Amino acid sequence: MITVADPAVDTAGDAREEEHKVEPPVPSDEVAAAICAKFDDAIFHESHGQPVVYIDRAHWAEVATLLRDDEQFTSCMDVTAVDHLGDVERVVIDGVAPERFEIVANFLSHTRNRRIRVITEVPADDTTIASITPVYVGMSFAEREVYDLYGITFDGHPDLTRILMPDDWVGHPLRKDDAPARVPVTFKGDPGPR
Amino acid sequence: MGLEAVPYNFLTGRLEDLVRWARRNSVMPATFGLACCAIEMMATGAAHYDLARFGMETFRASPRQADLMIVAGRVSQKMAPVLRQVYDQMVEPKWVISMGVCASSGGMFNNYAIVQGVDQIVPVDVYVPGCPPGPETLLHGIITLHEQIKTGELLKRRDASPTGGAGIEISQQDGVLVDLPTPSAARA
Amino acid sequence: MNDFEHEHVETDADAAVTDAAVAEQVRLERQTDEGEQLLTQHSEIVVTGGPWPEVEGESQTMIINMGPQHPSTHGVLRIMMELDGETVVRAKPIVGYLHTGMEKTGEQLTYVQGCTNVTRMDYASPIANELVFSMAVEQLLDVTVPERATWIRMLLAELSRMASHLLFQASNGMDLGAVSMMLFGWREREEVLRVLEKVTGLRMNHNFVRPGGVAADLPDGWQDTCLDVCDLVERGIGEYDDLLTGNPIWLERMVGVGVITKDEALALAASGPILRSTGFAWDLRKTQPYLAYDQVDFDVIYTENGDCFDRYRIRLYEIAESIKIVRQCVDMMPSGDYRVQNKKITPPPRARIDESMEALIHHFKLFTEGFRVPAGETYAVAESPRGEVGCYMVSDGTGKPIRMHVRGPSFYNLQTMSTMIENRMVADGVAIVSSVDPIMGEVDR
Repeated sequence: MITVADPAVDTAGDAREEEHKVEPPVPSDEVAAAICAKFDDAIFHESHGQPVVYIDRAHWAEVATLLRDDEQFTSCMDVTAVDHLGDVERVVIDGVAPERFEIVANFLSHTRNRRIRVITEVPADDTTIASITPVYVGMSFAEREVYDLYGITFDGHPDLTRILMPDDWVGHPLRKDDAPARVPVTFKGDPGPR
Repeated sequence: MGLEAVPYNFLTGRLEDLVRWARRNSVMPATFGLACCAIEMMATGAAHYDLARFGMETFRASPRQADLMIVAGRVSQKMAPVLRQVYDQMVEPKWVISMGVCASSGGMFNNYAIVQGVDQIVPVDVYVPGCPPGPETLLHGIITLHEQIKTGELLKRRDASPTGGAGIEISQQDGVLVDLPTPSAARA
Repeated sequence: MNDFEHEHVETDADAAVTDAAVAEQVRLERQTDEGEQLLTQHSEIVVTGGPWPEVEGESQTMIINMGPQHPSTHGVLRIMMELDGETVVRAKPIVGYLHTGMEKTGEQLTYVQGCTNVTRMDYASPIANELVFSMAVEQLLDVTVPERATWIRMLLAELSRMASHLLFQASNGMDLGAVSMMLFGWREREEVLRVLEKVTGLRMNHNFVRPGGVAADLPDGWQDTCLDVCDLVERGIGEYDDLLTGNPIWLERMVGVGVITKDEALALAASGPILRSTGFAWDLRKTQPYLAYDQVDFDVIYTENGDCFDRYRIRLYEIAESIKIVRQCVDMMPSGDYRVQNKKITPPPRARIDESMEALIHHFKLFTEGFRVPAGETYAVAESPRGEVGCYMVSDGTGKPIRMHVRGPSFYNLQTMSTMIENRMVADGVAIVSSVDPIMGEVDR
């Protein structure tokens, strides 16, 4: 029979607090303040209670380095992109020049128990951005996915190839003007209209 | 006939019936789990539903040892050539069950990534509806297939007919380039 | 003949990027070398998977492929391994064989329909995906879910976690040759699925947790059903423990295999049991509580070796923790509404449709057009059985999201596999892939 008498389990609560100093999230956002202090073009925005920093594309990798080295952000959890083509009612933050694509990265600090989201704008005619895979190696798959589905090139990525679509696929399907979301279905053996 | 002299009990029958009987009761499915339906396919094989009752408990990992392919789940554009290759590696006679709406018609994923119906790539014998079909539904599909095997034509080979088979010609099998006639030519 | 040719619509953007397309073509020709196998002369089908690892100098290594169709039942995962004898020098997971375009489809579906889509991503524990989707929509709408709905969600999420971990136990056993374990695991999982079927109507892909609450109230007698299944599963995991945990063959296959350190796991954005097996007690249910997890008592299971055996143990003991939470849910389930009483989001009760024309119109409008969500963006997270599942959603103020991205934990966890498998035997590869527990639907989406 299972008892949860595993020594590792019993000390779970204490050990976590001692070793990693998990604190409840603090309302004021000092991380965003630190980013804004370092980079003049950083703009802080609070979106539904979550701290968001808009940053210029040129400083994209530097912000990641800053978060990792100085702010104890142990993991970047997710990198994705948004295509704003045809966005009728877009939320425009003061001081941010909206472009067609947005790259979004969600960072998580396990030790400080807080998150921050960093967003940058990428214009449609120059879809390149610095890769943060050298900083957070786990983002390799995520950046390949963004490259595959949105056609955004990550400079400095070690293996920027298609990941989800076949290698011979033409186009980047998650762009709003690319693949159709609905394709015709053929039914074989359909007796046809009677 | 002089059979009176044989000292044991025996049955007589047509060879065709015996072959069909044997085929029906020892169908060997290939493990071709793709998505959600694969989990339900595993459930069908597990103790509660017990495919062994139908002589089908041995899922073969190698297509060469299998004669039934249960396409369990959505087939993506990237997977489609692989699926066709696995199908080609299976030996005749072979059957295909298209499990779930995604395999049958693309289902709710009517988009660029999914093949809208696996019958565009391989000929399908039985379509099992549901998303995912429960084990009972799959069992019903399997029993339907058993009926087809029991009553079907013994020497049936695949044909590019409007109701099954996409008529895709293959020019390469197993790394050896061979000139294969089209399926319909082989039949004629 | 042309069935394989991809549906593609010519657009203006295509003409503009012709040069880019040429460059892309050159790059593709460079990278698709031995990986390509021509299937037919008539159409352009290529079985590809990315560049092979480059081999420097004189080498005795061999490159083999595992998958995408292979015996160790973890979906359509292809692993390319460079072998030196029987030792794996390098391994690279190749995914995408189940790419379903769900994020594209998610942009075509209203917020009411969206759950149907996301629930099919992680099909082993669908509730977790529905939950993050609903939480993201609720954050954008700025609505608070009634207390009972929160607890129903928590109850279902834990039942779903039990089902998922039982599936892991079954498939993990089967991968390592313990076929009786597969039968045992399914025996208990069936019972959990029956409870979920009783509550939601479906064994899998429930579409039960919806923006604003849950689809229906719990059925009569759910307390006894839940408690019964808790007892059954508790007995079951006791048997697994007896069967496997001390089994010398099992230990031989698992202990010390696929070791990953805390730093590697954090850098690779791994979460869930993989991170917890390295001695880092990180569970979002405890550290960043959502739903009502701060009101129930449970432990975060963590171990310190970071090997396959630890991941197996963590998942086994987490079932016991889930049973604890389910029992507390049965005790503490509050009464009240099971969905938010907001006419903009919530359809009228079924009985009202029969008697009121307005209710019928309201119902029809809600299910055809959906509801509008204020423009904005948000990221909702939850702890799924595999780790941190997140939903990043951008609304443009219409009835459909402009971007619906789900962070599948398996997608990132899969990257740890390359690290774990290096310098191990090929046979360990199966144990390692199995212990990562990837659900390909969530990896490829």
